[in-house]
Amino acid sequence: MASVPAGHGSVPLPSSAKAGNSRSPAALLLRQLFRRRLVVLSFLIMLAILAVALLAPWITPFNPMKMDILGRLKPPTAAHWFGTDEYGRDVLSRVMLGARLSLLVGLLVVVVATVLGTLLGLAAGYIRPLDGLLMRLTDALMAFPDILLAIAFMAALGPSLYNVVLALGIVYTPRVARVVRAACLVVREMPFIEAATALGASTPRIVFLHILPNLMSPILVQATFIFAYAILTEAALSFLGVGVPPTTPTWGNMIASAQQYFQQADWLILFPGCAIVLTVLSLQIVGDGLRDALDPRLQKAK
Amino acid sequence: MLVYIVRRFAGMMVVMLLVAMVVFLIARVVPGDPAAVMLGSSATPDDIAALRGRLGLDEPLLTQFLLYLGQIVRFDLGESIFLNRPVAQALAERSELTGLLTMMSVGIAMLIGVPVGILSAAKRGGLVDQTAVGLAMLAASIPSFWIGLTLIKYLAVDHAWFPVAGYGPPDADLLERMRHLVLPAIALGIPNSALILRFTRTSMLDVMSHDYVRTARAKGLPPLVVVLKHALRNAMIPILTVIGLTTAVMIAGAIVTETVFGLPGVGNLIVSAVLRRDYPVIQGALLVVSAIYVLINLTVDLLYAVVDPRVRY
Repeated sequence: MASVPAGHGSVPLPSSAKAGNSRSPAALLLRQLFRRRLVVLSFLIMLAILAVALLAPWITPFNPMKMDILGRLKPPTAAHWFGTDEYGRDVLSRVMLGARLSLLVGLLVVVVATVLGTLLGLAAGYIRPLDGLLMRLTDALMAFPDILLAIAFMAALGPSLYNVVLALGIVYTPRVARVVRAACLVVREMPFIEAATALGASTPRIVFLHILPNLMSPILVQATFIFAYAILTEAALSFLGVGVPPTTPTWGNMIASAQQYFQQADWLILFPGCAIVLTVLSLQIVGDGLRDALDPRLQKAK
Repeated sequence: MLVYIVRRFAGMMVVMLLVAMVVFLIARVVPGDPAAVMLGSSATPDDIAALRGRLGLDEPLLTQFLLYLGQIVRFDLGESIFLNRPVAQALAERSELTGLLTMMSVGIAMLIGVPVGILSAAKRGGLVDQTAVGLAMLAASIPSFWIGLTLIKYLAVDHAWFPVAGYGPPDADLLERMRHLVLPAIALGIPNSALILRFTRTSMLDVMSHDYVRTARAKGLPPLVVVLKHALRNAMIPILTVIGLTTAVMIAGAIVTETVFGLPGVGNLIVSAVLRRDYPVIQGALLVVSAIYVLINLTVDLLYAVVDPRVRY
């Protein structure tokens, strides 16, 4: 990625030009977001990986589960672009299927953490008596490094894909909760909330209809980063053998099962590793871009 | 100052109490009977009843928690189920390696992150800055275990510059042990240098926009003096914070790195405890690592006063 320097000029892309004509918030956001070429590139890479993940069962060149003992541990060739693994399975097909599973885990973690974190954050930010208790609880959860807490939950829950989602979801919930609470404390004091209260709006109506829509920017940014962290942490858990069961080819599992062979067959770890790096990197760049695009202070400066 | 320390310490105790609660509950949310799960399918009902008795599982939950707290206060972390020794002893035996690994990794992460971050801020927007920021983002996206495996393949297998795995013979001296930890420390240090670099850069940029820095420049001081003497000193607080934070994160990161390099440290102990469902070890390790994490954060906060004479508590 270092070969593509971050440009600050606006880019004459069809999408951004089109977005400029309409005035919907989403179009304005995209226009802001795509001011930097690197963000556009990362966004496209993200879409491509997502497309591979969605279409994986239909577009893999070989059956990712089909073994071929005679053709095992073959380096990359014209037929097998990424080589074959210790059972003669096509590594490219497995990396493509791995995209489906790793992205699924990441996405589900984002959903769990965002929903739980938003509810807790809103509760802490709007219901004063709950604030202290909930925030000390997030302090306690954040006193464990992510990976260690995730390992501990996995030890209690046992290895399965949905337990990984649950464990990582709980691990990342406090991050969302803190951001939502902080933003909620600001929005809560605004005159339009006072107006809504004066008009007799109920608490749920104020929280979900008036406050929540104003917190979407920080939640969106946080969700993007959690997506990236979740993919990294899932890979580490699976690598340690305490994550998704080893028969499921997530990227972390592929690297874990290659451990015995990688000294002779480095393609076994090279390609799944590159898939992780590319995905996490493009998510982080898009996340940074979103933060810049959504930051009201930066917008005023322009 | 004393009042502040006492207040911070009290706050820390509250967090640690909640941490202990989380740690306690983790071994209680296990589906089914924890004693049966720990002993496996071959256990007889008598064995299970005996372990239940030993672990105090027949008491009410609150009593169990209070008993657990009582143990912790006496630094008793319980007995390992598989290692036949106290958890505290098992942790102590493994802590030398993990401590050394963490220190070396923090050193590497600092040596990369701080100077490059300063340079990046001094040359803001230039090619060096953009490359550094880009590389930092790349480094933060690479799983440390993947860096580890790649280093083993190219530097230890293809060229025998470093040992492939392990911690050397039992009688190896400190230097020999450190040689075994060079590759693990790089694998762990590189991803973590990214955060230090970004914080250093942001903090330096923030300080360098202040009037007194402009004045220093206007006086005609050499740029190097302005950056290193005037700006850096005031930019140290966020840098210190992030180094403290990174240290704690690396203790956890060591779990993965030790597995890659087959190192018999605390991380290795934790992973095998999880695979064997040795809950007392998992709980003890969680408690100790999070206590270190919290203590480091406290230490960093107190260090502020030393670094910045304006800070008075």
